[in-house]
Amino acid sequence: MTTFIQATIAGLSLASIYALLALGFVIIYKAMQVVSFAHPAVMLFGAYMTSWFAVDKGIAFIPAVVLGAIAAALIGWLSERVTIRPMIGKPLFAIAILTIGLDIVIRTPINNLIGLDIRTVGAPWGFNSWTVGGAILPHRSVAMIATALVITVLLFLFFRYTRVGLAMRATAIDQEVALAQGINVGRIFSLAWMMAGAMAAVAGMFAASDLAGLSQSTYIVGIKALPAIVVGGLDSINGAIVGALVIGLAEAYTATYQSTHAPWLGGNFSQVVPYVVLLAVLLIRPYGLFGSPEVERV
Amino acid sequence: MRGRPALFTRYEADSAMLPTITQRVWLAIGLVAVIGAAVWLPRDWLILIATAFIAAIGVIGLNLVTGYAGQVSLGHAFFLGVGAYAGAAFGGEATEKLVGMGLDVIFWLPLAGLTAGFIGAAIAPIAVRLRGLYLAFLTLGLVFLGEHIFREWESVTGGPGIGRKPGVLRLAGWRFDLDGQIAGYSVTREQQIYWLTLLVLIIMAFAAKNIVRSRIGRAFAAVRDRDIAAEVMGIDLTRYKVLAFGVSSFYAGVAGGLLFTVTGFVNTNSFNLLLSFTYIAMVVIGGAASITGSIMGAAFLTLLPRIIDGAGGVLPFLEVGSTGLLSTSQLERIVFGALIIGFLIFEPLGLNGIWMRLRNYWKAWPFSY
Repeated sequence: MTTFIQATIAGLSLASIYALLALGFVIIYKAMQVVSFAHPAVMLFGAYMTSWFAVDKGIAFIPAVVLGAIAAALIGWLSERVTIRPMIGKPLFAIAILTIGLDIVIRTPINNLIGLDIRTVGAPWGFNSWTVGGAILPHRSVAMIATALVITVLLFLFFRYTRVGLAMRATAIDQEVALAQGINVGRIFSLAWMMAGAMAAVAGMFAASDLAGLSQSTYIVGIKALPAIVVGGLDSINGAIVGALVIGLAEAYTATYQSTHAPWLGGNFSQVVPYVVLLAVLLIRPYGLFGSPEVERV
Repeated sequence: MRGRPALFTRYEADSAMLPTITQRVWLAIGLVAVIGAAVWLPRDWLILIATAFIAAIGVIGLNLVTGYAGQVSLGHAFFLGVGAYAGAAFGGEATEKLVGMGLDVIFWLPLAGLTAGFIGAAIAPIAVRLRGLYLAFLTLGLVFLGEHIFREWESVTGGPGIGRKPGVLRLAGWRFDLDGQIAGYSVTREQQIYWLTLLVLIIMAFAAKNIVRSRIGRAFAAVRDRDIAAEVMGIDLTRYKVLAFGVSSFYAGVAGGLLFTVTGFVNTNSFNLLLSFTYIAMVVIGGAASITGSIMGAAFLTLLPRIIDGAGGVLPFLEVGSTGLLSTSQLERIVFGALIIGFLIFEPLGLNGIWMRLRNYWKAWPFSY
């Protein structure tokens, strides 16, 4: 039972990283029907900037995270403004492939800066933990889950109660009608990319705050958030959170139980479980669990 | 119709592979030049160009499914991997740990293609239900699952960090991968690989050209342009999507089987997402829905590192090693990414589009319209 609780805590921690990334993907997708393959690279950039501010510049941790998030938001804004905006109206695949190019352009210099050393992000909670009824509850997990919850709630309130949030929802439903209502759709696009970038930076910081630290392979975490949005459905905010929970828990349970119960699946199978879940869900529901089917005029 | 070579009165003539005499002549001259070039090109260039030929086979395959049939596949690396390991298993040498049947290249190369083709066709029914970006994600998942399988299936792949040798280029006792003598002339290993891969590329390119100008190709284009309308017109969507994936994977399998005979070694981590991205980039830069474009894209991106290495001596901020701002391999990556972005924004038809425009400009010269 303790093992199960332990795995659940690990799963929820992973899920909070995936949720922050998946929300970014979905916000961008809802705003302009673009899936950004550059999102993991933006995450890596944000995590690196946080690490640079906190460790190299000696800024206190919270301001460093905020600065890192701002830096990632700026990269998001810049990539949207320079490369995605001229592509509006072009086929979706073309834009998706373009973001692959963007990913390579952003990630290569960051990899160069990270180098081969493992960096830390200077997280104040370190590797301390509480023990609750036999289960170990790391401070890091508590911080991650709490932050993800707070950001998610804020996001829901933002979409529900603010004028800008309303404008974003209107743009998601119909861009032309939104334009006709006096909404600056271009600015909504920029805002969506900036919000996604900032959340990705926080997710990247969390991903890099464990024992493994920040390295070039932290990027893999960002790629594993893709199954989360597909499982939830590309255009559903609720789906993104459910997807993140499904993927995070599946990965953690596999990491805990697979080596003893199904060793024939091979070492490190938990790393590919997100893709197995992705295949399984797509097999049953071609638009994810909560995604809306595409309705098309012939 | 002599004297008016561009006037076509029949559909067959219009869709002919080489409609004008000029094109036939130029193709013949080009082929002779490419075949003859092997005599004086240095060894490293021969190997580089042979790699481009092999990549072109893979890119033609990806272009069939993505450019012609409109099904975006990020899983090409997986099928290249299947081809490479099927080739190694059918054509490689068996050791105490590894499976190897030691067949001749004329058997193992088609078998490598067929293995990949069957797996592609087996996965296609899942893909048929999916539209657009969901399909891209499915194929992306395939790459990661494939990597895992390649790491774990050690009797075929050798396992991570160990790897294995690919299929041997042997035909009736003759070894293409060793220096030899033909009719008194000595031929190097590189020359033989160059000619062999060129031959395979020519066969595969002509086959693809024929596929796309036949009923199947027109069905692919209809599915790409609007699948619902295509279905209404009586095109069996499932059948043609399965066919597209199967044929594309066959090409990937053949390319994968050959790809590592050049270096003589297959590692399990070669078939990652970046390889898929590279092939997508070759399609985009060469020109979607164009066989010529596929070859141009493959050649361009394969030769790009060599060009940038050359620039390393000229540009001051480039440094070999870690002292400079960027190493040449990093610059190469960035140029590669920037090329994808630039071509998509400014020249969506790729190198083939540029070539077409140049050709049409000179066709009407000096009258611009």
